[in-house]
Amino acid sequence: MTMECTKYAPSDYKNEQSVRWCPGCGDHAILNVLHKAMAEVGVPPHMTAVISGIGCSSRLPYYMNTYGFHTIHGRAAAVATGFKVANPAMTVWQVSGDGDGLAIGGNHFIHAVRRNIDINLLLFNNKIYGLTKGQYSPTSDRGFVSKSSPYGTTEDPFIPAELVFGARGNFFARSIDVDLPTAQEVLVAAARHKGTSVVEMLQNCVIFNNGIHNYITDREFRAERTIHLRHGEKMLFGKDMNRGLVRDGFLLKAVEIGKDGYTIDDVLVHDAHTPSNFLHQQLAMMDGYSLPLAVGVIRDVESPVYNEEVDLQIEQVRAKKGFDSLRSMILAGEHWEVK
Amino acid sequence: MIEKANVKYLDRVVIRFSGDSGDGMQLAGNIFTNVSAGVGNQVSTFPDYPAEIRAPQGSLSGVSGFQVHIGVGVHTPGDKADVLVAMNPAALKQNVKHLNAGGVAIVDIDSFKPADLQKALFTTDDPFKELGLNAQVLEVPVTSMTKAALADSGLDNKSVMKCRNIFALGLVCWLFDRPLEAALHHLKNKFARKPAIYEANSKVLQAGYDYGANIHASVSTYRIESENIRPGYYTDINGNTATAWGLILASEKSGRPLFLGSYPITPATDILHELAKRKDLGVKAVQMEDEIAGVCSAIGASFAGNLAVTSTSGPGLALKSEGIGLAVMAELPLVVIDVQRGGPSTGLPTKTEQTDLMQAVYGRNGESPVVVVAPASPTDCFTMAFEASRIAIEHMTPVILLSDAFIGNGSSAWRVPDADEYPVIKPHYVPEELKAAWKPYMRDPETLVRYWAIPGTEGLMHRLGGLEKDYDTSVISTDPVNHEHMVQVRRDKVANVAYDIPELEVLCDKDADTLLIGWGGTYGHLYTAAEELCAAGRKVAFAHFRYINPLPRNTGEVLSRYKTVICAELNTGQFADYLQGHFGGLEVHRINKVQGQPFLVKEVVDGVINIMDKQ
Repeated sequence: MTMECTKYAPSDYKNEQSVRWCPGCGDHAILNVLHKAMAEVGVPPHMTAVISGIGCSSRLPYYMNTYGFHTIHGRAAAVATGFKVANPAMTVWQVSGDGDGLAIGGNHFIHAVRRNIDINLLLFNNKIYGLTKGQYSPTSDRGFVSKSSPYGTTEDPFIPAELVFGARGNFFARSIDVDLPTAQEVLVAAARHKGTSVVEMLQNCVIFNNGIHNYITDREFRAERTIHLRHGEKMLFGKDMNRGLVRDGFLLKAVEIGKDGYTIDDVLVHDAHTPSNFLHQQLAMMDGYSLPLAVGVIRDVESPVYNEEVDLQIEQVRAKKGFDSLRSMILAGEHWEVK
Repeated sequence: MIEKANVKYLDRVVIRFSGDSGDGMQLAGNIFTNVSAGVGNQVSTFPDYPAEIRAPQGSLSGVSGFQVHIGVGVHTPGDKADVLVAMNPAALKQNVKHLNAGGVAIVDIDSFKPADLQKALFTTDDPFKELGLNAQVLEVPVTSMTKAALADSGLDNKSVMKCRNIFALGLVCWLFDRPLEAALHHLKNKFARKPAIYEANSKVLQAGYDYGANIHASVSTYRIESENIRPGYYTDINGNTATAWGLILASEKSGRPLFLGSYPITPATDILHELAKRKDLGVKAVQMEDEIAGVCSAIGASFAGNLAVTSTSGPGLALKSEGIGLAVMAELPLVVIDVQRGGPSTGLPTKTEQTDLMQAVYGRNGESPVVVVAPASPTDCFTMAFEASRIAIEHMTPVILLSDAFIGNGSSAWRVPDADEYPVIKPHYVPEELKAAWKPYMRDPETLVRYWAIPGTEGLMHRLGGLEKDYDTSVISTDPVNHEHMVQVRRDKVANVAYDIPELEVLCDKDADTLLIGWGGTYGHLYTAAEELCAAGRKVAFAHFRYINPLPRNTGEVLSRYKTVICAELNTGQFADYLQGHFGGLEVHRINKVQGQPFLVKEVVDGVINIMDKQ
């Protein structure tokens, strides 16, 4: 079965509910791009389910003309797992924020990734709790000042990609809310990947954490501080695409083509499909300071998918000793007859 | 001690096997039960095992027991044993309180050496005297006879020692005149993949039997009455397996695939084990990362259109409470199985209690009504798991099934139901004529049940969630009056289930002034107590509740017919309080026990007499 189909428009995935996020919130852009990505992939709305936890971003299912479930704080991954196993014909999207997905729902997050259940997991990362009005989150930087950390936090954050690789994830992509083409590209790639696809969306909270990603996202610096990775292409970045990533021992280094003896041939080619996550992890850990922050699909590797393995096992067991009813199963086991 | 063997005829008899938790007492007990059921006895069993997997060998904390009651008129595993098998001094010491005065104690005398006595903290060298044992003691060299029987087997000492339980089984089979072929059949199944072990065990079984026959031991052999039972196919089933099978039948009868999201917890894990095996019937049983994920994956599966179940025990139910609240709010079918154990906190993980009733009925935030049902016996777990599923699917509500360690682990012979013995379950799908105007919280005006739209259906896309919804439009609403209305609607929807469940039945002496009541897994003990009271000339009626919320609709009327209502339960009075909350002015007398053990029939009989005599 091919997923390619053009008969749906973005508006087919959108419902008439008025969107209640704050004006200027990064979620608006992501919602629109999600509608577009779904239309591009072409899975019909009635074969699509969007499942969320609690938080600003988790309101998203209410704005979709698909099956949707706004569940409870942190549990979206568990609900989505049950949903997908139970009804594998459906395409399942999970929407969580950094608090929902990585704090209260951290356990479900890593286990969904480890199992490799076929869901597309959108992680909206604004490094803050917005719905509860401004507390630090598990992705807030050390020293971050918030209502619950008036003197700055005294703890290190999670880097979502590192958590995904630690949980042996097979798909990780990243985009920023203001870069719509890249956002659409990674959402489509996530949808087409079989297994758990984690997409980190760097998203701005205009009220409680305005500008948190500015260092990366500001138009003035974006080209120098980000690199758009595409499978099979050279790792080039910069306004004039004249900078590239090269190997430096076990590490990576950013160089300028034509300087210090570096040529285009020295620049690495991105291989998102290689099973080893060694380089993927280094790429995903780049933070925009000494090395550019990576956007695009960083890792996209095929691996056995949980729900498919469940179905396969049922098929195999039933082929070998399947029963057509409970009664026939019982009567094939230990029993006696009273006449 | 040698006397002439004689044969006694009995209606029923209770045998208790006990030994180290590694001695295989559960296996010996199980085989004996199956063999007895196979010759037409009613059977009821109760395994009593320690929380530790392997406590130090020979220690008091490592004793594992298995009690079985066989004969006619068997409703419980029996208060006390007529025959106790004790494989070591610790087992004898721990179980002497479970042995009837004048009963028979069979001991492995080879394991009563001074060192063994010391491990069991005996202070003298005569353990029988020290315990004040009032029983016929049959001192059997189980260990040395087992070794002798396997002298040429080539098995190592450890494997030989593992066969001691089967020697004891052979001896008990002789004592109760059980056919060895049946026991061999069960052994063959058990060791199907280990022919050498089967060979050894079959030799030892015969040796145990022959030992009994040859020594003409002082004890009598027994003939146990069997009775004419309903024709059909029978199997021995414990409550947890029965629960799993009831769910499978409900899946067949509703046409909805079965999904279990669970996390291992004693004493409920066997339900997960059984359903994990049932991939051969297409069941999807997922072991999730924690209890919360267990219930949440089930909620996801329910939204996706499956008959969705989560299984747990008390601590797990506490963790699942927020998830159950979501299912209440989303009005999704969900079956939550709580195999109750001793609490609070980790409590007594392997022991039985009825202490989660209030947690099941009320233990969530907000006004959060759910249906609560409670099976009465191991085999009733099948019926009530089916009922829980039926109610969940037909009424679009979470249903909590309150089983317990006693009936979950206990077993009885069970007749495999015929194909049409249970009703078809009708999922509350969106009717064709409503599809155009349908909204997710639209409901049947009479039952108040909302309709179930299965994802994947064209035209029925909808959004559910934990936020309050508007009664008319089904979209998020914070309107104060609407919220109160929705609270009432959810309450009334669950209350309406009362019209879809059987009425409360009164047993024994219906015209008595005194009514004994109970709920859930205590049925066998309470019914037997009521019968004994009646037989002794006390006028007592008996009613047992399997539907807790809502209560059967004639409950108030039944209770009002009796001057004295006595509720016996394994907690400090939760059901009595619950009934008094429902029926103003009702006085409920109480018989309570919270020891991690089931009632003894005698305790209930004495308790009722005590209350009656004060009236």
